[in-house]
Amino acid sequence: MSVAIQRQGDYVIASIQSDLSDSEVLELRHELAEMAGRHRSRGIVIDVAALDVIDSFVARALRSIVLTARLRGADTVIVGIQPDVAIAMVQFRLNLEPLRAALDLDEAIALLDRLTQGDAVDGG
Amino acid sequence: MHEEPDRSAEDEEPEQRTDEEPEQRTDEEPEQRTDDQPDERTDEQPPRPTEDDSLLQELVAYLRENRTELREEWARRISEAELLGVMSDEEIFSEATEVYDNYVDALETGSIENLQTYARELSERIIPRGVETHEVLGIVLLLRDVLARSLFAKYEGDLELLNRILDSYEPAANRIAVTVGVSFVEERERVINEQQEAMRELSTPVLQLRDRLLILPIIGVLDSARARQLTEQLLGAIRDKRATVVVIDITGVATIDRTVANHLVQTVEASRLMGARTILTGLSSEIAQTLVDLDVDLGMMETVGDLQGGIEEAERLAGYRNADASDADGTVAT
Amino acid sequence: MADEVRVDITTDADLVTARAEGRAMAERLGFPRPDPTLIATAISEVARNIVVHVGRGEIVLKPFEDANRYGVVVIARDDGPGIRDVEAAVRDDYSGRGGLGLGLPGARRLMDDFEIESSADSGTTVTMTKWRFRDELAILREERRRRA
Repeated sequence: MSVAIQRQGDYVIASIQSDLSDSEVLELRHELAEMAGRHRSRGIVIDVAALDVIDSFVARALRSIVLTARLRGADTVIVGIQPDVAIAMVQFRLNLEPLRAALDLDEAIALLDRLTQGDAVDGG
Repeated sequence: MHEEPDRSAEDEEPEQRTDEEPEQRTDEEPEQRTDDQPDERTDEQPPRPTEDDSLLQELVAYLRENRTELREEWARRISEAELLGVMSDEEIFSEATEVYDNYVDALETGSIENLQTYARELSERIIPRGVETHEVLGIVLLLRDVLARSLFAKYEGDLELLNRILDSYEPAANRIAVTVGVSFVEERERVINEQQEAMRELSTPVLQLRDRLLILPIIGVLDSARARQLTEQLLGAIRDKRATVVVIDITGVATIDRTVANHLVQTVEASRLMGARTILTGLSSEIAQTLVDLDVDLGMMETVGDLQGGIEEAERLAGYRNADASDADGTVAT
Repeated sequence: MADEVRVDITTDADLVTARAEGRAMAERLGFPRPDPTLIATAISEVARNIVVHVGRGEIVLKPFEDANRYGVVVIARDDGPGIRDVEAAVRDDYSGRGGLGLGLPGARRLMDDFEIESSADSGTTVTMTKWRFRDELAILREERRRRA
């Protein structure tokens, strides 16, 4: 399987090892949504450091995972976007607005902590 | 149209962009000819099938046999001319020996490939020592002179033969001088380019202001090529320094056009994909108007008029200042 | 310099191959970063279209070099049913969802030249090129080396 998924505390970490096919994308989205619901995970981290190309298909896949997860009450952070890949994605004008990004896993977890803590403070 | 699934997708090695492959010639024993004039001059000239060839061979044999004296004469002349001052006598002697041998080899074979390789290696050694182009040309020409003079001495009894010998010697010797000189100059150029590249890296510095906080002051003319380089450097720095906030200051930039403006915007967005927020500071009113007129989509880019304000805002975002009560994500002062 | 490279496109694995070949060719030609990634991304777009919408086709990569420029031409061919509204397919509505989801406007933005021909009879052919001016100093040095 091209994706390695594990849980870390309240969060789910998904590492994408190689480019995903259509069916693998659907599978991943379903899996993550499931886990978010099942474990009441508040946060998902998707690590794309292994991808040396992110085209519109993969970007759309990420976006749909983010939106689906949000419906299940989880925030998603993408990590590991390489500099050249970031430039390509931006030049491509992919609609990246809902995507939250962090540099690496540590940063992502710190960000998720802040986000989920913020919710708690607000009494959410 | 049904195509065979054959893939001409061999992974070819990247072409080695070195200069010619150095030929490894085995060192042949110089022909041991007795040191007397071949075919004593009589009135009739014995036929020489390849006259130039055998003349050159004779010459080469002579130069090899008299290697020691000729080389010493050469070294003496080098000191006299006050060349290679940065090198010690031992060094000069050792290099002189190699140059001499390579020189004679090149005369013999007519092939300059080994000479080129040696000249490159020599240049690599002596350029960092501070040896200059005129010195290298100077010593090669001195060697040419020393050898020519010795030929005059040897063949002074037979001017016609001397002329023929010189006919063989001169073009070969000149070719050698040019080869060595050009190799040296090219090596110098390579070194200079490397230094320039290093300077270029330095001239667009990304500075670490504080932990996780980078500042990129841009000064001077900003064109597409430079903008591209800046982006690469900034994103690399974000990754290496694990920055979460970046301040790009364009106080020192007079004008920008649409291409560069778009480039800036893309840089900011790419930084975001790497987890860093960007604050653009130091926009002159002219640039501000340009951006508005160009209808550049500033999107989520934050701009602050002056650098100081930008830094304060950056520190706040990076968690170095106490957050306002209204901040939703409750930044904690570190 | 390497000659043209052809990659058959039928499966997802072929996308990986096509991208890798494109990246390798770009790096061999001397494209500075991030161009190899941009080229590989554009290749990914058109190759994926073939896999997802047609089932089989090919990608051809042609390097070129002349006195002043170097670059790569990417040709993506298939015998599919063609794109009915080519104009809509390449139109950039800047929303990121434009182009009928075929990613062609994006690919066009990553490359310098972009052409597309499409019909029900002859399928679809996308031809895109990325090129750079050669470094002046590099040109001079090479000339001198050749003359020496």
